[in-house]
Amino acid sequence: MTVVPTTGTATPVAAPVKRRRLRFVANPKATTGLVILGFFALVAIIGPWIAPYDPSGRSNDLLQGPSAAHWFGTTHLGQDIFSQVVVGTRSVIVVGFIAGIVATILSVLVGVTSGYLGGAGSELLSALSNVFLVLPALPLMIIITSTLPETSTLTIALVIGLTSWAWGARVLRAQTLSLRGRDYVEAARATGEKTWRIILFEILPNLTAVIASGFVGTVIFAVTLEITLAFIGIGAGGDWNWGTVLYWAQSQQALAQGAWWWFVPAGLAIALLGTALSLVNFGIDEFVSPRLRGGGKTNVKTADGHTVRMRVGFTPVLATKAGPEGRETP
Amino acid sequence: MTDAVLEIRGLNVDYGLGEDAVHAIRDVDLTLHRGEVLGLAGESGSGKSTLAYGLTRLLPPPGVITGGEVLYHPDGGDPVDVLRMDHAALRRFRWAETAIVFQGAMNSLNPVHRISTQLTDVIKAHDPRGTSAARLARARELLHLVGISADRLESYPHQLSGGMRQRVMIGMALALEPKVVIMDEPTTALDVVVQRQILRQLVELRERLGFSVVFITHDLSLLVEFSDRIAIMYGGRIVEEAASADLYRDPLHPYSHGLLNSFPALRGPKRELTGIPGSPPDLRGMPSGCAFHPRCPHAMERCGVEVPVLGVPPDKSTTAHVAVDQRSPADRTVACWLHPVHDDGF
Amino acid sequence: MSYLLKRIVFYVFTAWAAITINFFIPRAIPGDPVQALITRSRGQMTTEAVQSLYVLFGLDKDASLAEQYFSYLGQLLRGDLGLSFTYFPSPVSQVLGDGLPWTLGLVGITTVLGFLIGTALGTGIGWRRGSWADALIPVTTFVSSIPYFWLGLIAIALLTGPDSFFPASGAYDNGLVPNPDLEFIGSVVQHGILPAFTILVSSMAGWILSMRNMMVTVASEDYVTVAHAKGLSDRRVMVGYAARNALLPNVSGFALSLGFIVGGTLLVEIVFSYPGLGLQLFQAVGAKDYPLMQGIFLIITLSVLLANFLADVAYLALDPRTRREG
Repeated sequence: MTVVPTTGTATPVAAPVKRRRLRFVANPKATTGLVILGFFALVAIIGPWIAPYDPSGRSNDLLQGPSAAHWFGTTHLGQDIFSQVVVGTRSVIVVGFIAGIVATILSVLVGVTSGYLGGAGSELLSALSNVFLVLPALPLMIIITSTLPETSTLTIALVIGLTSWAWGARVLRAQTLSLRGRDYVEAARATGEKTWRIILFEILPNLTAVIASGFVGTVIFAVTLEITLAFIGIGAGGDWNWGTVLYWAQSQQALAQGAWWWFVPAGLAIALLGTALSLVNFGIDEFVSPRLRGGGKTNVKTADGHTVRMRVGFTPVLATKAGPEGRETP
Repeated sequence: MTDAVLEIRGLNVDYGLGEDAVHAIRDVDLTLHRGEVLGLAGESGSGKSTLAYGLTRLLPPPGVITGGEVLYHPDGGDPVDVLRMDHAALRRFRWAETAIVFQGAMNSLNPVHRISTQLTDVIKAHDPRGTSAARLARARELLHLVGISADRLESYPHQLSGGMRQRVMIGMALALEPKVVIMDEPTTALDVVVQRQILRQLVELRERLGFSVVFITHDLSLLVEFSDRIAIMYGGRIVEEAASADLYRDPLHPYSHGLLNSFPALRGPKRELTGIPGSPPDLRGMPSGCAFHPRCPHAMERCGVEVPVLGVPPDKSTTAHVAVDQRSPADRTVACWLHPVHDDGF
Repeated sequence: MSYLLKRIVFYVFTAWAAITINFFIPRAIPGDPVQALITRSRGQMTTEAVQSLYVLFGLDKDASLAEQYFSYLGQLLRGDLGLSFTYFPSPVSQVLGDGLPWTLGLVGITTVLGFLIGTALGTGIGWRRGSWADALIPVTTFVSSIPYFWLGLIAIALLTGPDSFFPASGAYDNGLVPNPDLEFIGSVVQHGILPAFTILVSSMAGWILSMRNMMVTVASEDYVTVAHAKGLSDRRVMVGYAARNALLPNVSGFALSLGFIVGGTLLVEIVFSYPGLGLQLFQAVGAKDYPLMQGIFLIITLSVLLANFLADVAYLALDPRTRREG
């Protein structure tokens, strides 16, 4: 018996029903996440226009705290931090999504192929994704980017995308392996259906949730990695992002000078974006695996006024007399 | 033989709360007598498993018990209501008085612990004073009881076959010599040969140890063979209850009739297999009146309007006006307008 | 035991892959980084040191790629990773030797502790699902989204200062000489608390969430219902039945995400100027110190592989089904 260790998403993927799609949008966690995400996407698009100052433009307000003129204060050069954070949103979102898309395409290609085809090639692909999985991402990224002649937002996004597909590929492979044995797939194969048609019409639709969750996971990973790289000084040329803001705060000893406003807003923005993405992923997890769903009320009131918590192993008893429709007991 | 060991009165079980609640069990009255095998049959969704989980209070959320009593009669003591027990009392009661063998032995055993651990931890939980050597000896004895050699004690569940695992579960159920053993489709996942071996062994053990069994299955022919009395469930209610021989010979409820005809009989005269047209009702949208009427070949106008009352059919009972709690196993009850019950004041 | 053997083969393969990446990447660096260093050192470098850097960077134009590869492997086997530009003229291996113990001590201990504490908390929250403990989940989600280094910055801003017990940087008091006496150890602990706390808080959050979800999933398994039906104590059901099984995917998740966690924890060193590999990596990036960067990549990769292997051994001990395999 082989044990395929997977986390959260390793639940049977039943044939999706239309009605369930709506339920995903109705999931409060997913909705909250999507709303926050929408906000950041909007800022990413219109950021350069709504930013009050040029993020690199210097002024005479050196190292000022938050004020009406500078909401998030200014840097040692008098740059407006609010503008830096607003303008920097675009780079963060772009890297997240490009890396997410690249990595998702790769993980689907590698994961589904190795899960469906089997044989030596499959084992090889699986080994390859495991190698990429255990290699420590940050040092690997550092030595790769250090050789690049120039690093733009796009190259950073591509490098992250090309190196972070392994987790998704692993989960997809496990799921594909289990789907391959299903009756309807076996039946399609027995009737001589073409392989690419089976994968496209029988396998992929049932992997939608897993792919989506992998995509969101990769976006979280890519955003964190981009910001981290920028923080240690491997950044996208002249582009601002939240990591660059923190890099300057760190290298100019913002802490020692008590300039908390320099690093707090960017950090909170990262955490907020990360939380939003996690919430979307929780929504997907609960959608796929109903056991995780909160299921509304978990505390119930009994007839004699006590509150009991619903839990496995001890079914709450609301009333010990006969129920509302019950007959009288002698 | 006639005194009750477990009495279920007016049990109601819901899934969910308030507006969204689905009524899974409605007003179920059922009595298990000392030493008997009571069969509980019905299609999937009829509520038979919910009843078993409900009366032991093992129903997972969002299941809630909305009313009723489950009276357990200990030897020579006053009856206790399982539904009124607090958690500590319930823990003491479980397994010591009522053990359960669940559907699918595959997942009933903890995959990471040895068989010995899983047999002894329950003994230790209920009798912390015993020595571990005594517990291990008892575990060996239990395996022997169900025909498994003692060297399997150190095995992990994945090293046993499906049939062996189910035997281990039966052995485990008998660990504390309970008065009641509830079996929820205990043999469904096994092949027919193993299934009958295990059931025969169970009957033998019951004769030797004298416990009562609630046997739940969708396979009515199996019940006819192995149980003393049978209760048929449909749409969360009991629709007929009778001695197995009576039920087999002369099912009163059209549903029981249909159910009997959907399985090949192993003994007795051959019947034509017909099955029941349609599918079991959705608990969310239960038909009005008798839940079975949309599928019933004998449905009358009244069936769609009024819920038939479970009671002693006038044309079949030897003594009319027998109160529900005094009936003997020979008596039978049915809830169908084809056999209208004498109005006992309601 | 063939399970372990399979894993060992895999780790050896991965180590080889990492070494090979390390071989090819410097060959893509534009320009001649070594020449720049030689010019800067004005003849202070020995011929051997120059030769070693040439092998490392593939500047040996006469040799074929295969020859270059084998002399590179041979050099690695001797522990020769070239000279560090930043710590010139120290060899990279010596620089790594200085940094590794600090990183192992800080990152190693806190990563494992974070996993253990997070898993324990997740067990409790998952088991008491629907109780007040659920209120911790949104907080935990938020904390798990905060980059490690940023939390470190906040910790420094809030908890350090002229009068604070916690020093804001370094691994021990500068006035002390490293030797195993009580004063030095005390200073190391005092300096370590805040970085350790930072890593603990951020790494715990993820494990709380994943263990909580696994507990919720496992709680509806049949064997847990059976355990309840057996009348076992709540503790026994929670620990011996639910958590014991929920732990398995969490352990393999731990092994798989080590490579990622280590990256995050290294940054905490930068924030606290903690003299481990993370800080060295930061300095190497700033100074374009390629030999040091590569050396750090290699040593971190090998450590992660070793840690992965240990996690595999733990998994093997925890899951009897794996033991039977093969």
